[in-house]
Amino acid sequence: MSAYLKLDYIGKSFSRGGKVSEVLRDIRLTIDEGEFVSIIGHSGCGKSTLLNLVAGLTPVSSGAVLLENREVNAPGPDRAVVFQNHSLLPWLSVYDNVALAVTKVFRGRKSKAERHAWIMENLDLVQMAHAADKRPGEISGGMKQRVGIARALAMEPKILLLDEPFGALDALTRAHLQDQMMDIHARLGNTMIMITHDVDEAVLLSDRIVMMTNGPAATIGEVLEVPLPRPRERLALASDRTYLRCREAVLKFLYERHRFVEAAA
Amino acid sequence: MTLPSIKGDAIAAFPAERQKATVVTLPPAVSRRFDITALATRLAQSIVPPLVVLLVLLAVWQVAFSGPGSSLPPPSEIWNESSDLILDPFFVNGTQDIGLGWRVIVSLERVAIGFGLAAVAGVLLGALVGQSVWMMRGLDPIFQVLRTVPPLAWLPISLAAFMDSRPSAIFVIFITAIWPVIINTAAGVRNIPEDYRNVARVLRLNQVEFFFKIMVPAAAPYIFSGLRIGAGLSWLAIVAAEMLTGGVGIGFFIWDAWNSSRLTDIIVALVYIGLVGFLLDRLVGFVGVIVTRGAAAS
Repeated sequence: MSAYLKLDYIGKSFSRGGKVSEVLRDIRLTIDEGEFVSIIGHSGCGKSTLLNLVAGLTPVSSGAVLLENREVNAPGPDRAVVFQNHSLLPWLSVYDNVALAVTKVFRGRKSKAERHAWIMENLDLVQMAHAADKRPGEISGGMKQRVGIARALAMEPKILLLDEPFGALDALTRAHLQDQMMDIHARLGNTMIMITHDVDEAVLLSDRIVMMTNGPAATIGEVLEVPLPRPRERLALASDRTYLRCREAVLKFLYERHRFVEAAA
Repeated sequence: MTLPSIKGDAIAAFPAERQKATVVTLPPAVSRRFDITALATRLAQSIVPPLVVLLVLLAVWQVAFSGPGSSLPPPSEIWNESSDLILDPFFVNGTQDIGLGWRVIVSLERVAIGFGLAAVAGVLLGALVGQSVWMMRGLDPIFQVLRTVPPLAWLPISLAAFMDSRPSAIFVIFITAIWPVIINTAAGVRNIPEDYRNVARVLRLNQVEFFFKIMVPAAAPYIFSGLRIGAGLSWLAIVAAEMLTGGVGIGFFIWDAWNSSRLTDIIVALVYIGLVGFLLDRLVGFVGVIVTRGAAAS
């Protein structure tokens, strides 16, 4: 069986003013359908760049991104992105933000009534149906992020790309959303790639954790399998030996072998 | 997500001293919908100072120009000679003898056409310049040079092109009002957050969808500040243009009054122009506040 998503020797360099800086080099990774993969690394190691490459928002400098054996090099709704800062359009209501995506993706395929039902279903999935008529400015940060997730899910993407989706939230809200994310993943079985810098989040949510070395020219340092059975319970895992072993492995990678070094100016 | 309710014994773990709380009776709430005195006070606070200043200025003016050899008429003379213009803006005594209200309406109509065209063209051109670096490099220098050309300098060439005074006046309005709209729209489009662009790219919005769904709403605050400046400029230009092109507008009225030495009429017309310009500015500002209410809060 060939891989669902394949990152084939991806490299990315940016050039500014004649100076070329290599951010990513030789990224090789295959991801199966329905898998939840986290990408973890110190800030500045190019995690977000990697996600943007998969999303097609930034073109690759070398190598290729293959989704179901077809190269993707432009953004599209089959790789929906949940942005770090939610990126809801402030002049549209919660409903209209999701509707913008649904109308664009399903126009001609679903009737108006079906689209409405689909929008509400997705808002319901993230428990935001009650705030459908609110503007993003009127709801909390966690709620905005949930709407962002609903908007991405509503596109029925092949792959959901999450760029530090809970990074800007407080710890309690974050835990709540992580649980919801696990629930959604269990119910829909989406393939998901999540950027994070939170070790617990990575271990709790992922099937595999991809650990990045420090830049410049960052690459994949190690890939860790998380052999924890699903559904996973936050509280039960707190003292689970496998959980702790995985957590330790990631921490060791991040803080022992690839300590964050302030880039020399 | 329900929380386990705290049982009664859990509360008992914190034995609070049971004290009789003293009950303070509040005075009955005053529940009048409109507090007349407060409203009147607020009104007085905003109206009394300008009124006082105005009266003082009028008094100074009256004293300064009451001498027998003064070149300009004092307020009392204006009232004596031109009170018909002040009291009834909408009289009609013949084709050229009509109230200033009618003349203002004629001028506003020209402004509406010229400014409306400038708004549409300005937003489109501004979007083009803001969106494309190549277009900006190509067009920006031209815009920067053309926008410094005074409105009236366009008049002869537009008269030559249109061979008629009415479209020429409208063209002058158009060419005066368009620059701030273009420049502000371009700035607004350049400042659209990258996130919104990424949303559009993931959704594969086409150019037209992007323009209406992302660009215009996101740049609306900038667009409206450009429109507001443009509206002010077009009101400045219409008076000057009408002085030269004739017709029944307020600008021509001033020129006509000058030619027949009716200085008092001119002063009344100036007040009209000032007030209408003020209202026009407030109107565009008000529409802007309503339209951009959503975009401001993120």
